[in-house]
Amino acid sequence: MVPDRPPILQVRGLHKSFGHTEVLRGIDLVVAPQELVFIIGPSGSGKSTLLRCCNRLEEPTAGVITLDGVDLMARSTDINAMRRKIGMVFQSFNLYPHMTALGNVTLALRKVVGRSRTDAERLGMEALERVGLSAKARSYPSELSGGQQQRVAIARALALEPSVMLFDEPTSALDPELVGSVLAVMRELKRAGMTMLVVSHEMRFARDAADRVIFMDHGLIVEEGPPAQMFGAPKGERAKAFIAELTR
Amino acid sequence: MNAFLETFFKPNLIAQYLPSILKGVIVTIEIALAVVVCGLLLGLLLAVVRSFQLKPVNALIVIFVDMFRALPPLVIVLIVYFGLPNVGISIPSFAVLWLVLTLVLAAFAEEIFWAGILSVPKGQWEAARSTGFGFLGTLGWIVLPQAVRLTVPPITNRTVAITKNTALGTVIGVPEILNQATSAQSFSGNATPLMMGAIAYLILFIPVVALGRFLETRFAWRRS
Repeated sequence: MVPDRPPILQVRGLHKSFGHTEVLRGIDLVVAPQELVFIIGPSGSGKSTLLRCCNRLEEPTAGVITLDGVDLMARSTDINAMRRKIGMVFQSFNLYPHMTALGNVTLALRKVVGRSRTDAERLGMEALERVGLSAKARSYPSELSGGQQQRVAIARALALEPSVMLFDEPTSALDPELVGSVLAVMRELKRAGMTMLVVSHEMRFARDAADRVIFMDHGLIVEEGPPAQMFGAPKGERAKAFIAELTR
Repeated sequence: MNAFLETFFKPNLIAQYLPSILKGVIVTIEIALAVVVCGLLLGLLLAVVRSFQLKPVNALIVIFVDMFRALPPLVIVLIVYFGLPNVGISIPSFAVLWLVLTLVLAAFAEEIFWAGILSVPKGQWEAARSTGFGFLGTLGWIVLPQAVRLTVPPITNRTVAITKNTALGTVIGVPEILNQATSAQSFSGNATPLMMGAIAYLILFIPVVALGRFLETRFAWRRS
C-alpha cells in the first residue's frame, strides 16, 4: 500500500441525478498521492459518472470535491484552471481530427497555458516520447491505430502535468491486440508516481497495478480493498457475483 | 445559322456594348464581394451567438433566419427599396441590394454553420474542456475549425446561389450586368447584349464554383 500522506483528491457525499434518476447516491472517496484506484461495477452503477464529476464535466447535484485542498465546487474556484491538473482519458479517445498528434498534445499548452510554440512543442514531444509515439508526431488521428490514438490522448493529458489522471474505460473501444500497448503506458505512469482513477474491466491490470479496488453498484461504493482481497475473497454477494462473472 | 448569329452574337453590337457590360461586371463584382464577406461573417457570428443557448436571443435568431430563408429575395428588395422611403428611410439602390442579399446569405449561412457546430461530437467539447479550455476557447479552437470544414460544400453552393441574385438589382436600377444588358437589348432590339451578359456571368461564377470544389478537397481531412 501507499504510505499515509495527506490525500490529493477527496470526494464527500457526492450525489448526481439526471432528472429523476439518481445515478450517484452519496459517494465518499479519498485518494492518496501516487495511489491507483481501480473502479469496477456493473454497467449503470455510476462509475463513469463518478469520474466525470471529479472534473465537473458532469455537474454534481450535491457533495464536496477537493483537489490538492482546493474546493472544486466553490464559486470562487476557477474550474478551467483546476481541470488542467486533472487529466482525463476517454473511452472514445476524442482526439481532435483536424490536428496532428503533436497539435493535439500542444493545443492546450499554447492556447490555455500560454506557452510559446517552441516551448509547447518541446513539452509535447516529451509527452509523446513517454507514450512511445514521438515518431508519429506529424500523423493525423485517422492515420493512427486505436491504441496509438489512445496513447496520444494520454500524452495530451500528460503534457499539462496533471496531479491526477482519470481513465474512463480507456481500452473498451480497442481491438484486443491493441489493449496491451495502452495498459503498458498506464503501468509506466503508475511506476512514475502518477495518481490515477481507472474505470475499466481489465482485471489483470487491476491485479498487478492497482493499490485499491472499489466495487460500485446502484450509485454507491459497496465494497473496497486491495486487489488480492477483492478478487480473491469479496465479501458481499453482489461483488462476488460480479467478480465471478468478470474472471470467468 | 446566319440569323442565329445575327440575333445572339452580332459583332458590331458586341463592340458597341462591351464597355457598358464591363461596367456592369465591375458593379456586380463589388456587390458580390461585399455580400459574400458580410453575409458569411454575419452568419458565422449568429451561429456563434446561438451556441450560447440564450432562449430569447435564439428565438430572435430563428425568426430572422426563417423569415429571410422563406421570403423570395426579390420581395425583400422591393419592400426595402419602394416601401421604406414612405416612412422616411431612403437607402440608395446599391446599398439596398447589398443589405438584402447580405441578410439573406447570413440567414442561410447561420443555419449551415449551426448545423456544422451541432455535428461536432460531444466528446470533442469534453476533451477540450478537460484540458482547461473555456466555452469560447473550445468553440474557437476545436469546434469551429471542424464545423467550418464540414460546411464548405453547402456554404459554397448557397453563396453562389445568393450572389447570382445581384441580378435582382436590375429592378431597382443598380447598374449591374443584367441591368446593362437589358437596357442595351431594348436600345438595340437584339439579344446580343443579353448573351454578353450571360457570358459575363459564366466568366464570373465558374471560377467561384471551381474554387468551392478546390476548398472542399483542400479542407477535407481523412476522418477516423
